[in-house]
Amino acid sequence: MNSGETDTPLLPRAVVAGHGEFASGLVSAVEQITGRGAQLVPIAVHGMRLEDIESLLRDRMMAAGVRVIFTDLQAGSCTMAARRLLRGIDGGVLIAGVNLPTLLDFVFAEGSDPVEAARHAAERGRSAIAVHANAPAGATGA
Amino acid sequence: MTLVLNRIDDRLIHGQVVVGWGQPRDIRFIVLVNDDVAASDWEQELYRMGVPPEMTVYFHDVPGALVKLDEYRADPRAGILLTGDIPTMRQLVERGRVTEVNVGGIHSRPGREQRLRYVFLSLDEASELRAMAAAGATVTAQDVPGARPVPLGDLLSGNHT
Repeated sequence: MNSGETDTPLLPRAVVAGHGEFASGLVSAVEQITGRGAQLVPIAVHGMRLEDIESLLRDRMMAAGVRVIFTDLQAGSCTMAARRLLRGIDGGVLIAGVNLPTLLDFVFAEGSDPVEAARHAAERGRSAIAVHANAPAGATGA
Repeated sequence: MTLVLNRIDDRLIHGQVVVGWGQPRDIRFIVLVNDDVAASDWEQELYRMGVPPEMTVYFHDVPGALVKLDEYRADPRAGILLTGDIPTMRQLVERGRVTEVNVGGIHSRPGREQRLRYVFLSLDEASELRAMAAAGATVTAQDVPGARPVPLGDLLSGNHT
């Protein structure tokens, strides 16, 4: 049961795939912050061949009825497998390098087409990285 | 520099290769030897998109790689020679004077037996690794730089704990 504002069950709108428990960790954080984690299907990839990762992604996407994939790393095997898979999915989209702000933006765009919501969320995630640095003790500035 | 790693990895270019090895070793090029990829522009584009801008990927089939290997060895940059299977690397050992082989990732499929968390081998593949060693190559298994290299003898005997 989700803790979001809507009473209707949240349907999956995307899968999230990555190394180790990356995906379940992110989805857990989305659920904790928004109660909307059920929109995301986490997929953990541990030591699999590329062909098997592609098959796993395909099965989960078909089962969930989604055409949006978020992956962790541009160079990662999940991304490679997802790119192969997307050749056969009309209108599908892959967002590589996903972070928490990306997924938060995505799950709040429930009324939007998931593919467009994913594109928007990617821009949000890209701009959400900030560096906060304290000046070293004794520094006086130029 | 030169080719600093000769790796067998059935996922070819992926996180462990590009980030795990690539960053600490300052890898600037990858020589990917795979007949299917060498014959497909789409596959090549797929793998090119997986590497950072400062890293170049060269694609070859086995004959093409054999012609260019000495040139890559003389390259001032650090590079990785990468194959997706054992038979391809065996050809590079026996015909291309590759003397060190890293077994980086060979994953589960029917007919293979688990040897390490990231290495599954059929009997034929185990024989091919032995043949590489018999040809003079030092063969070890190691997925990431921080892991302990497992010598071939230990890998095949199961004595690697």
